[in-house]
Amino acid sequence: MSSAAANHSESEGPSALLRPPGQSKGIRVQVRDLKKSFRKVVALDRISFEVNPGEVFVIMGPSGSGKTVLLKHLIGLESPDSGQIEIDGEPVSSRRPSRCRMAMVFQSGALLNSLTVGENVGLYLAEHRLKTAPQITGIVAEKLKLVGLQGMEDRYPNELSGGMKKRVGIARALVMEPNLILYDEPTSELDPISAFTIAEHIVLLKRQYQVTSIVVTHDRDLAFGIADRLALIHLGKILTVGTPAQVKASTDPMVQKFLNIEFNF
Amino acid sequence: MFQNIGEMLILFWKSILALPEAWHQRRKISEQLVEVGNSSLLVALVMSFFIGAVFALYTGRELAQVGVVDLVGELVGISMSKELAPVMMAILFAGRVGSSMTSEIGSMKIYQELDALHTMRIDPVVFLVMPRMVAICVALPLVVLFSVFIGWGGGAFICAQDKLIGVNIMDFFHELSTNVELRHVAHGLIKAWVFAAVIGTVSCHQGLTTIGGPRNIGRSVTKAVVNSLVLIIVLDFFVTRFLQNLHF
Repeated sequence: MSSAAANHSESEGPSALLRPPGQSKGIRVQVRDLKKSFRKVVALDRISFEVNPGEVFVIMGPSGSGKTVLLKHLIGLESPDSGQIEIDGEPVSSRRPSRCRMAMVFQSGALLNSLTVGENVGLYLAEHRLKTAPQITGIVAEKLKLVGLQGMEDRYPNELSGGMKKRVGIARALVMEPNLILYDEPTSELDPISAFTIAEHIVLLKRQYQVTSIVVTHDRDLAFGIADRLALIHLGKILTVGTPAQVKASTDPMVQKFLNIEFNF
Repeated sequence: MFQNIGEMLILFWKSILALPEAWHQRRKISEQLVEVGNSSLLVALVMSFFIGAVFALYTGRELAQVGVVDLVGELVGISMSKELAPVMMAILFAGRVGSSMTSEIGSMKIYQELDALHTMRIDPVVFLVMPRMVAICVALPLVVLFSVFIGWGGGAFICAQDKLIGVNIMDFFHELSTNVELRHVAHGLIKAWVFAAVIGTVSCHQGLTTIGGPRNIGRSVTKAVVNSLVLIIVLDFFVTRFLQNLHF
C-alpha cells in the first residue's frame, strides 16, 4: 500500500473512505490570519474567513489577487508563512494535510493525459485499491452519468472540449465522496452554456450530497448565481465577506468597481 | 547540479522503498519497458555495430604493425563488455529515455497533473518514478548485453574486411571466446545498473522540480541530460576502480 493510502487507512480505515451517495457531509473550514509571500511579493495578507458545512462559498476577485494561492493552501499544496487553516477542526498545512476527504476541480481539468477518461475518474479507487475492477467500472459509469458524460470512458482527455474536461474533473472529485470540494475557476475559458452546466452541477452536488464547496472565480454571474456567501479578495486582502446581498451593498470602492464594471464603449 | 544531489539521493531511496508496489504498478512498468525498447533498440543496433567496427579498425591496424594482430578479438571483446557498451548505451539512454522521462513528468507538473495526484493522495514516487526506475534498470542492462554482441559482430566484420588487419571471423571469435570471461560481461552489466539508476533518478528529479511554463520543460530536459552525462562519466571512473579492486 502506498504511504498516502496507508496514512488514510490508519486514520479512517478503508471502509470509511467511501460512503454511499447522499451520505457525504459537509465540513467547516476556518482560515485565520493567513499570510504568504513569494520573495517580496505579498500573495496573501492576513486572510480570515469561515465556511459553514454544506455551504457554497465563493472567493471572487480579479486575476492575480491571490485566489489560487489561497486554494493551494487549503488543499495542502502550499504552507503559509503565518496563520492557520482548520478543516473540520483540525489544523492543516502542506506537511500535515487534512485527513478529511477533499477533492479539487482544477482550472485546466488537470486530467492525466496518458489515461482514458474512465481511468482518470477511477484512479483514486484503483490506486488505493478500494474497489475491485468491475466495481470501479460501475462507479465510474455512475459518476460520468451524473455529469452528463455517459459512455465517454474510453476517450482520452485530448479528445474532449474544455467544458467536458472540467466535468470529468468533477466526476473524478465525486469518486472520492468528498466532504469538501474546491473549484479553481470552474467556468474560465467556457462558453456561457457550458459555464451554466458547470454551475448547475456545483449547485446539484450541494443539494444532493450537502458537501461544502469553495469556488474560486472572477466570473461575477457564476459567483452571484451559486454562492450562499462570498468573499471578494484583492491584492491578497479580503475586502468584504457576506451573502450576495451584503456584498452588493458594500461601500468599498474596489468592491463596487469590480461588481459594476461594464463594457459599454 | 551538486545542490540537488541530496534531493536526488532521497528520491532514489524513496523509489527503492516503493518497490513493494511494483506488482501493483506492473502495467505502467511494462508500458515503460515497451517505450524504452522502442525508442532505443534500433539506435543501439546501429551505434553498437559501428562502435565495435571503429574500435577494431584502430586497434587492429596498430596491433598488425607490431605483429600481434591476433589479440584484436580479445581487445574488442573486453573493451565492448567492460567499457564501450555500458557507457555508450548509458549516453544513448540519457539522451532518448531520460529526456522523455523529464519532459513527461515536467509537463505533468506544469499542467497540474501532479497537483491532482496530490489531492487524490497518490504518491508520485509510487505512481510515476518507481515504474520508470524499474523499467530503465531492467532495460539498460539488456540493451547493454545486446550492444556487446552487436559490437563484437561489428569488430569481427571490419577485421575480416580490412586488408591491413586480415583476421577472419572465425579467428576473431576464437580469440574472443578464449579470453573474454563471464566476469567481463558482468562488469559491464553492473555499470549498466549504476548508470540506469543515475539516469532514472536525475531525469525524474528534474521533471518533478520543473517550475514555470512550457519553456521550462525544455530547460529541465537539457539539465537532466547534461547532469546525467556528467554523472555517468564521473561514476564510470569510480565504479571501474571499485570493480577492479574486487578483481571483477
